[in-house]
Amino acid sequence: MKLRVRYFASLREALGPGEEVELAEGATLGALRDALVGRGGRHAEMLARGRAVRGAVDQVMADDGQPLRDGAEVAFFPPVTGG
Amino acid sequence: MGGCRRRAGRPGLPLQGTMPCMGAAEPNLSRATARVAIQTDDFDLGAEVSALRAGDPGVGAVASFVGTVRDRNGGAAGEVSALELEHYPGMTERSIEAMIDEAQRRFDIRAARVVHRVGQLAPGDQIVLVVVASAHRGAAFQACEFLMDYLKTQAPFWKKESTAEGARWVDARVADDAALARWGIAAGNAACAAPGDAAGAAGAAAR
Repeated sequence: MKLRVRYFASLREALGPGEEVELAEGATLGALRDALVGRGGRHAEMLARGRAVRGAVDQVMADDGQPLRDGAEVAFFPPVTGG
Repeated sequence: MGGCRRRAGRPGLPLQGTMPCMGAAEPNLSRATARVAIQTDDFDLGAEVSALRAGDPGVGAVASFVGTVRDRNGGAAGEVSALELEHYPGMTERSIEAMIDEAQRRFDIRAARVVHRVGQLAPGDQIVLVVVASAHRGAAFQACEFLMDYLKTQAPFWKKESTAEGARWVDARVADDAALARWGIAAGNAACAAPGDAAGAAGAAAR
């Protein structure tokens, strides 16, 4: 399935605004993050497990276990600091 | 800075039939003004309060909160010369709409509005406004604080400060997660490292 991945704030500065990612059907948000980390380089550094990164699926905050569907908009970003 | 104004209803005024767009019984659903605004422009607290309670004679209390840009963040006065606010267009509006829905489920409020600025701001500028109208003050006070606690940890905004040493992303505060926890909601924001990764969680908390 094809996913549209977006990055914000410090992740956007390091990885760019976003990219298209191909992933096996039925993958979860956590699996996507692991796949991106598996690329190495800046992705591995910025999305490393243990680093404070939040995710959203189709513009709703989501946990690692959230299943993804084809065409989903997935975002990764640091903890939010509005208000 | 926060302000609160209370005003008695005006019995006897035939307002019920004078609202051209009021078809529904719920005053919120047919308001002309959107509940959420994300904008670069400044806002006017007085105008926002007037608009929120206009046409609803059942409103007896209005509570508001205004957040402003500080010139410091744990350091010396004047250390922060500017603040840039990034957000996630679409998700921002959607998440705040959901927060207002939740506030309406939890508290007996009649209307609410949230305005959040993005882009380049300077010390002293207004950043965020929450206004809540209700029949009695308790619900307005509570819903106003609830909305701010929720927004701090669940709305996708990010602050970047400019200082003499360069620009830096502002760190999330564990205290903000704790503020939302008082309402029985786990924020998972400042301490959002992978579960079971103690080193990562400690690192996130210490940053």
